[in-house]
Formats: sequence, C-alpha cells, structure tokens
Amino acid sequence: MQSKRISRHLPSFVAMLPTTLFVVIIYLGCMAWTVAISFTTSKVLPVARWAGATQYERLLATERWTVSVHNILIYGACYILGCLLLGFLTAVAIDQKVRFENTLRTIYLFPYALSFIVTGAVWQWIFDPQLGIEAALRGLGLESHIGILSSPGTAIAALVIAAVWQGAGLVMVMLLAGLRSVDGEILKAARVDGIPVWRTYLQIVLPELKPMIATSVVLLAIAVVKVYDLVVAMTMGGPGIATEMPAKFVMDHLFERGNIGLATAAATLMLLAVLAVLVPWLHLEYFRKAKGGAR
Amino acid sequence: MNFRQRSPVWAALVLCALATPVLADDLTAEVMHPWTSGGESAAAKVFADKFTAAGGVWIDRAIAGNDALLAAAMNRIIGGDPPSASHFNTGKPFEELIEAGLLRDVDTVAKSEGWAAVIPKVFLDAVTRDDKIMAVPINLQTENWIWYSGEVFEKSGVGEPPQNWDDFFAAADKIKAAGYIPMALGGGSWAERFVFQKVLVSVAGPELYLRVLKDRDGEALKDAKVQEAFAVLGKLRQYADSGAASRKWNDATNLVITNKAGFQIMGDWAKGEFAAAGLTPGKEYGCTLFPGQEVSIMSGDVFVMPKLKDAQRTQAQDLLAHVLFAPETQIAFNIKKGSNPIRQDVDVSSMDVCARHAAEVLKDPARQVPNPQFLMTNDGLGAVRDVITTYWNTPAMTPGEFSDALGKVLASVD
Repeated sequence: MQSKRISRHLPSFVAMLPTTLFVVIIYLGCMAWTVAISFTTSKVLPVARWAGATQYERLLATERWTVSVHNILIYGACYILGCLLLGFLTAVAIDQKVRFENTLRTIYLFPYALSFIVTGAVWQWIFDPQLGIEAALRGLGLESHIGILSSPGTAIAALVIAAVWQGAGLVMVMLLAGLRSVDGEILKAARVDGIPVWRTYLQIVLPELKPMIATSVVLLAIAVVKVYDLVVAMTMGGPGIATEMPAKFVMDHLFERGNIGLATAAATLMLLAVLAVLVPWLHLEYFRKAKGGAR
Repeated sequence: MNFRQRSPVWAALVLCALATPVLADDLTAEVMHPWTSGGESAAAKVFADKFTAAGGVWIDRAIAGNDALLAAAMNRIIGGDPPSASHFNTGKPFEELIEAGLLRDVDTVAKSEGWAAVIPKVFLDAVTRDDKIMAVPINLQTENWIWYSGEVFEKSGVGEPPQNWDDFFAAADKIKAAGYIPMALGGGSWAERFVFQKVLVSVAGPELYLRVLKDRDGEALKDAKVQEAFAVLGKLRQYADSGAASRKWNDATNLVITNKAGFQIMGDWAKGEFAAAGLTPGKEYGCTLFPGQEVSIMSGDVFVMPKLKDAQRTQAQDLLAHVLFAPETQIAFNIKKGSNPIRQDVDVSSMDVCARHAAEVLKDPARQVPNPQFLMTNDGLGAVRDVITTYWNTPAMTPGEFSDALGKVLASVD
C-alpha cells in the first residue's frame, strides 16, 4: 500500500525536484547567508569575523534607518489604500456597462505596464517647480508655491501619487473580474427591495470580492516592501533623507558605501518584518482551511 | 616583376591588413568612468583619443553620476567581472579593494617613469601601499570654489565677490532682491557635502577642519569657530531655490552660465561646463576661494586597475597607465576637465586664470587640506552626508542639533 502510493507519486516528485532544489538552495540559502553575514564585521567583502549584534546596534541608532522604516509604513498604508479605493471605484464605473469598455480598461491598466523608473521620471517632471504643473501655473500668471517635491514634509505624498497612478489599474482589472462573477439576480433583488446602490455595493458586492481584494493586497504589499526604483527615479531619497526607504538603505550600503555587514543587518530586519506579517496570515489561512475541511 | 615574384609582397600586405585589427584588439582596455556631462565627456575623449593613438582600443563604459559609478564598479570588481580600469576618487574609496587583493599595482610603469618624484605627497601617499603605486592619479582638483556670474553680480549691484561671510550674505540678499536665484544648487547630498566642507574650512580654518574630520575630536566640534561655521551653513540654506531637490549638479551650473543664478559652490569640474558653453573665466564668469579663509580643499581622481587573468589585457593596462600619466595627456585632459595636472613638473601657464590661481594657492602647504575622502571610508562619508543633507533640508534644525548629530556619526564610523 505504502510503496504503491510512493510509486504513484514518484513522477511528480521527480518533476518537482529541480524547482524544490532551486528554492531551497537559491532562496533559502541566500536568506541564511544574508542573516549569517549580518553578524560579521564584513565591509566591502564578506568576511567570517564574528561581530555579535554590533551591526544591529549601529543600524537602530542610525537616523536614516528609522526614517526609512517610518516612511515605508506611511507609504505602504497610503499606497495600498489608495490603489484599492481608486481601483474599486474605476472597476465599479466600468462595470456600469459603459461604451468603449475595452478602450477604457486598457487606458486604466496601461500605467501598470510601465516600470517604476519611467513612472518616477515622468512624475518628477510633472512635479518639478521649473518644468511641470507649477511652471505651467506661473506661465498663466498665477502665483504658486506648491513645491511638493522640494519640501521634506510632502515629498512622500508625491511618491504615493505616482505609485497609486501606476498600481490602481491592476486592482481595477482584478476587481472588475470579481464584479463580473457576482450573481446578477442578487443585484436585481436588491434593486427590487429598494436598497440604495451604495449599500448594495458596500454590503453585498464588497464581501463577494474578498478573495480578489486579498490577492490585490498581497501583490501591492510585495511592491511596497521592495520599493526602490521609484525613489531613485523621483527623489533619490531626498530632500535630505525625507523619502529614504529600507530597500534603498540596503542597496546603498551593499555597493556604493561598501558596508555589507550593515546592509545585510537591514535586509534581515526587513525579512523579519515580512515574516511577522506573513506567518500569522498563513497560519490563519491554513488553520481555517483545515477547520473547513473537517466540517 | 611577374605575379610569382610579387606574390610574397601581396601576401605580406594581406597579412598586415588582417593582422592590424587583431593586434589592436589585443590591447583592449575597458574603462569605467563617471564623465557624462558636456565638459566631462570632452575630457574623457582626450584619454580615449590618446590611448587609441598609442595603439590601444578604448572601450568606453561611462555611467552617469559618481555614486552610481562607484556602485557599479564595486559590484563588478567584487563580483569577479572587473573592467580593465575604473575611476575612483583619490583617498580611501578603493582602500578596501587593495586590502582584499583585487587590484594590481602599476609600479613597473611608475618606477620607470619616475612618478613618485612629481606627485604631491598627500596624493602619493594615498595611492601607495607597501611602497608600490596601486593606482594612476590623473588630476588635482580644488573642491571649494564659488563660481559666479559676472552679469548677475553686476546687475544686482554686487561688484567683486565679497571676502567675508557678512558681506557675502548682504550680496546674496541683493541678488535675491534683483530677482535672481542667489545660490544654484543641485546634485543632492553629494553636492551639499561641498557646501558643508567649504563653509567649515573657510570659517574655522584648516586646523579645526582636520580636527573635526580627521581626528574626530569631539572637543573641536564645540569650538566657537566651528559652531559659527555651522550657523553660516544654516543661514546659507535660504538662498537656494525650491528646484534644487531634483536638479543635477551640471543643471545647477547651467543656471549660472545662463545668468539665472548668482553663484554655485562646486569643485573645479564645473569649469568644464562653462568651457563647453564657450565661456572664459575672468570674462563672463568668475571663480573665487573666498569668502573667509582662502584655502584649497584638494581632491583628485585616479584609475585603479583590477587584477585580470588575460595577459594581453594586463599589458593593455600598462599602456593605459603610461598614456594617462604622460605630460601632454595631463595638460590636454585637465584643460577640458577644469582641474590641475597631478604632475607638478608640467607647465600650467597655458591653463586658465582659475587653474593658475589654484596652482598658486597649492604652493603653500598651510593653505591646503585633503578632502574628506582622504580621511574616511565610503561608509563613513556616506553617514556624514546623511547628516549634512538632513540639516540642509530641515530648516527647523539648529546648528547645535546638527553639531550633536554630526559628532555622534563621526564617533561611530571609520
């Protein structure tokens, strides 16, 4: 019996082996190596000299790191909520059986096809006080001092605007697919019962969209953790250190500043932060599934 | 002569035609450098042309921006795919590459050409390890110039550039009142570092500059002169415009060139931009090491040569080292680049008024200090830059808070 089951699954084991090895060696191996290096005194090159937690001590005392962490929390919250809200509204709008639906859908999704570098460069020009909106306003004879990119308090808002512009289309497409799968009969019944449209969407449609929203949040969250190119293209972390992000901290210290120890310590903390979110979520997900299966 | 007799000649000619590109290919050098702005790329072309004329093949790997080039060069050298040569700033930036044994020395070429006798001591020490010359120094830069527009100064009612900071601020106010941007700034924390070090050395003097940045003396930070320097730096913040945050350094220079801004604090490579625009120093624009103490903050560029496995390419590195250091290359390159030749045995009388003035100041050891790259690693300087840029871009931060933050960083990095 046992041997029969093994022989039946053998081909799939063999087929999965390269992928499994790849994941274990490349991903997990590199993660383990990164964590190990963060406890050494490595500077330009990795060395195996034990440093204890000194890299972490310096990291946590570095203002640029604490600012980066603060920034990614603000950026992440605004970006995910912004994308969901804008994506949901455009999806609902397109779902009203409008004309040229295909064209509109393409237009809304198009920004997602651009890289963050292009997005960043374009929005930097738009916000540039000498080139963009402000220059245009001044050209019309209006006095304007918005300076969204040049003020440390508002530069991060510029990043969020650019990122939401790019990411909302993806959310729209996914939620639109979800909207199409909502049973039309329910909507008709709601209309007959005289329930206002906004309540129908909020209390009937939205719960139906839960899986799509969950997928969107996961995809957006991944984009948040690795945000680097948008910052490089738009603000270079400035003005000052106002828009620095953890991934940029890691990249700058890895090469340009030649401090692998500090860079891997920062990378390790990023990994821990991701795990801290991921593990409870996975646990909940599988726990619920297992319970559902038993029922 | 019949065909039979001529055939060896033909054969030789054909062979020659075939052999020439093959031989040239063998002396190939892949060179990484950050020179992409108008003036800089003209200077890089001098090297490429001289190397080609000497029989080499120059493969250009230009990457815009010092920081981006540093990251790329480090990545390639450490990753085991090194170029033939890469630009670095003189000082500590390549020290750890030497310690890791990734760079070769150019001592054979250097000894046979007597480099040690013609390179200033600070620069010679910076490229020498265990009595071997480990990099090719190519220029001597002065990092703390103020470049100003003659037209803007004149139209704002400012005559000659002021020699003390009080008069300087009065002049900047006049420029602002006349509707110009007083201070052209761009290049982020990289450029803000030049402003910081200029103000520090000009207000507090060379001795305190070294005590702060070299000795990391916490007491020196509390000195009244140093505190005054930080206050001057803080006051200077209001004279840059709001476009500075996303501007490149050469676009800032262009504001002075086109008479939209009064002045820029930048190293002598800015002169290359003025030259590329067809301007002459002392005529349309001027240079000054004032206000405050007239001291030169010296820096330089070098090419390091990573160890290569290929013998032909190693030979090409030797040829490159010879070409880069040759007197005529030094003059031609540095005229385009705006800096001074690293060789002290070449005649600078053919150079412009700013270069000649720099050479004059550099004769006095009491009026020169090395730039921070001689005094700290990339990591250390990066951390210092983070503090400077925070101060510069946070109007509410006081000189005292800046001093405390700087002291903490200087004590914790190497």
